[in-house]
Amino acid sequence: MRLNFWTKAIQALTLAVAVCFSVGAAGPSNRFSDLSHRLMCTCGCAEILGECNHVGCPNSAGELDELRAGIAAGKSDDEILKGFVAKYGAVVLAAPSKEGFDLVAWIAPFAVFAAALLGTILLVRRWSIGKMQSEAPAGDPAMDALKEKIRRETDGD
Amino acid sequence: MASFGSSALVIALALAAWNLLAGAVALWMIATRQPSAISPERLADTARRAGIAGFIAVTAAAFALIWSVFTNDFSITYIMEHSNRALPAAYKFSALWSGQEGSLLLWAWLLGAYGFVLRLTHKKDVKLYAYAGAILAGIQVFFLLVLNFAAPPFALLKGAIPDDGNGLNPLLQYPEMVIHPPMLYLGYVGFSVPFAFALGALMMRYPGEKWIKITRIWTMVTWMFLTCGIFLGMHWAYAVLGWGGYWGWDPVENASFMPWLTGTAFLHSVMMQEKKGMMKSWNVWLIFTTFLLTLLGTLLTRAGLVSSVHAFAQSSIGTWFMVFMGIVLAVCIFTYILQRSHLKSEQHLESLVSRESSFLFNNLVLLAACFVILWGTLFPILSEYVQGSKVTVGAPWYNAVAVPIGLFLLFLTGVGPLLPWRATSLRAIRRNFVLPSIALWVTVIVCLAVGVRPWKDGALDQGHFYALVAFALSAAVMTAILSEFLRGAAVIARQSGRNYFSAMYLLIHRNTRRYGGYLIHIGVVIVVIGLAGAAFNRNVEREMALNDKIEIGPYTLVNVGATEDSNDNYNSEYARLDVYRGGRNEFQMTPERRVYLASEQPQTMVAIHSTLPWDLYVVYEGTNPDTGQPIIKAFLNPLVGWIWAGVAVMVIGTLIALVPNLKPATQRGGDTVAS
Repeated sequence: MRLNFWTKAIQALTLAVAVCFSVGAAGPSNRFSDLSHRLMCTCGCAEILGECNHVGCPNSAGELDELRAGIAAGKSDDEILKGFVAKYGAVVLAAPSKEGFDLVAWIAPFAVFAAALLGTILLVRRWSIGKMQSEAPAGDPAMDALKEKIRRETDGD
Repeated sequence: MASFGSSALVIALALAAWNLLAGAVALWMIATRQPSAISPERLADTARRAGIAGFIAVTAAAFALIWSVFTNDFSITYIMEHSNRALPAAYKFSALWSGQEGSLLLWAWLLGAYGFVLRLTHKKDVKLYAYAGAILAGIQVFFLLVLNFAAPPFALLKGAIPDDGNGLNPLLQYPEMVIHPPMLYLGYVGFSVPFAFALGALMMRYPGEKWIKITRIWTMVTWMFLTCGIFLGMHWAYAVLGWGGYWGWDPVENASFMPWLTGTAFLHSVMMQEKKGMMKSWNVWLIFTTFLLTLLGTLLTRAGLVSSVHAFAQSSIGTWFMVFMGIVLAVCIFTYILQRSHLKSEQHLESLVSRESSFLFNNLVLLAACFVILWGTLFPILSEYVQGSKVTVGAPWYNAVAVPIGLFLLFLTGVGPLLPWRATSLRAIRRNFVLPSIALWVTVIVCLAVGVRPWKDGALDQGHFYALVAFALSAAVMTAILSEFLRGAAVIARQSGRNYFSAMYLLIHRNTRRYGGYLIHIGVVIVVIGLAGAAFNRNVEREMALNDKIEIGPYTLVNVGATEDSNDNYNSEYARLDVYRGGRNEFQMTPERRVYLASEQPQTMVAIHSTLPWDLYVVYEGTNPDTGQPIIKAFLNPLVGWIWAGVAVMVIGTLIALVPNLKPATQRGGDTVAS
């Protein structure tokens, strides 16, 4: 009976999420905004091109015009970005590319995180197993009850 | 006054050196029981008194610099470069930290102030405080060496003395800049104290965990200052820089965030040591790392290693910092190797799923986040070294890499408090997790229903997806923490017959550390909700003739003219915009653009109308030189106010956690309610 309830609850939840996901239309494509946020302004302000708001900025207007022209010419995102790199250098990209040595920038954080996660899991397991092995043989129900009572009473933050 | 300030710095250096040497010799004599003509205790006390006198000397130097600013003494290079006659009085104080030399003096003064408090309270544990005092003196010697030889704040101007100074950087002429840097420095410098205690305790093989209890208040107060400093900086960037955002993943911003992450990890894992005697080596290294990261941040800012809009001009003091970091690291490693047997601890967990294991994962994630930020900050240097060309590691990279880790951390923020110490049962897990799980899924459904779609044009929309996950996790975490409060208060109300609010007060007062900590978690959740709102930012930029309109969200902005103003410090132009909502004229906004006379630099002053659901943020970008018409950029930034509210909750939570617990009735011998 209980299992039936939970099954139905999960089914209802899945259905509700699916309905919500399928309702409504996606927004219109905006390649210009997307690409302008993947490039940097080259005037030295260290701002994303699409967010550079200096009046009279010597570079951003020209860069934005080049971007518009690239889109109008039917170039792909990759072609546009490569064109910018060829002209301004790799610093014009707001994030490292995913090629060559730059790929290390993307891989290293996840690799380190995964290794640390694995290490922590192994550590927790080792410490738990170590405890279980070093513990006195279980069995005395009175002692277990006392332990439980102490645990309840001392359970703080 | 310049010679008075310089002399004060020389005297401060001599006193700090005496504090270090006499303190070290005295402690060595005590440790080795060397017979000598002079009592080591008396020698240690002279060291302590030298530390107190040193603080007075640094205070005198800081006073001399401020006096020189207020008296417009432009014979001092620093004053000439960072002040002018028309600078308002409040910003004359800011001149103290607006340049490299002054900010180093502020660092030394704060370090002296922390040391002063520490040395006055030395009777809590004379020997441990003597170790900590000597280590702080060692740090102070470094800063005073830099101030005396590499970056002297009282250096005199060569040639003719000008009638007026260059003025303060316009970006710094904003009220928050009067308090943001001191707050940040209080945080940075404050971590020297737990570092000194940790290193001192390790050097003297301090028995037990009492040093942790002593340093807990120092660490928490420092953490609170750093938190305030970081968020004040965010608010300053939001209100002054005029780009509509508050965090740009700039190296200097990152430099302040890294010690915050490791400091937060320390505050959590240190509980494992207090309660279970575990992770002793880990904790020592966490606080060592935190201190080293505060130095690294300073190095990044001042050495010109990475390009940053905040960085001071490149100078030779980067080398000083690198050498000092090397010395500190060497001392830490040497002491650790020598005394590591003292840090042996029983590493036992009773269960795979427990509060202890959640702390381990919490530490893992905080350290991973710190690594990611360090990696992103230093990768341009690495790339230049390997490839010969620099790359930019900007917001898109951090959003893709750091945000998922942050969301995992948010998940642990909710899970941790639900797990009891030692062990838990499957039944307890199910009971504790039902409500948060329901809250999570209800939030997902509601968000999807109101239009938060994690896709765009058939592809994943990263910003909206993260926002959806953040909202859902925030709801779950908030439910989990609030249910902890409500459950505890309900038990007390039932047992004592008190009303619910009184029961809640008693609950918190009985265990301030626990519930203060929960309140900090609630604050973090509120901040995350505010940050997630950035995925829905909108902006419109337009050149506006008289009576032209901008429509953004529910608001209509109408240009009703411009005005000008001027004073001794700057000339300003305002755009006047009437803001309509639902056809009604609700208020007027006056975004401003200033040109400071001394520096001839322009500066925007953003107009912000902040409400709970969003901020209307308007920037006057200047006038089109061809048409003479103002260019206005309006942003509608959802939920930004939540960020500042969340920080306030975090600060309140920290303050509560610092309040001593209400003693049980049996110890107070009176009130039976708490029994």
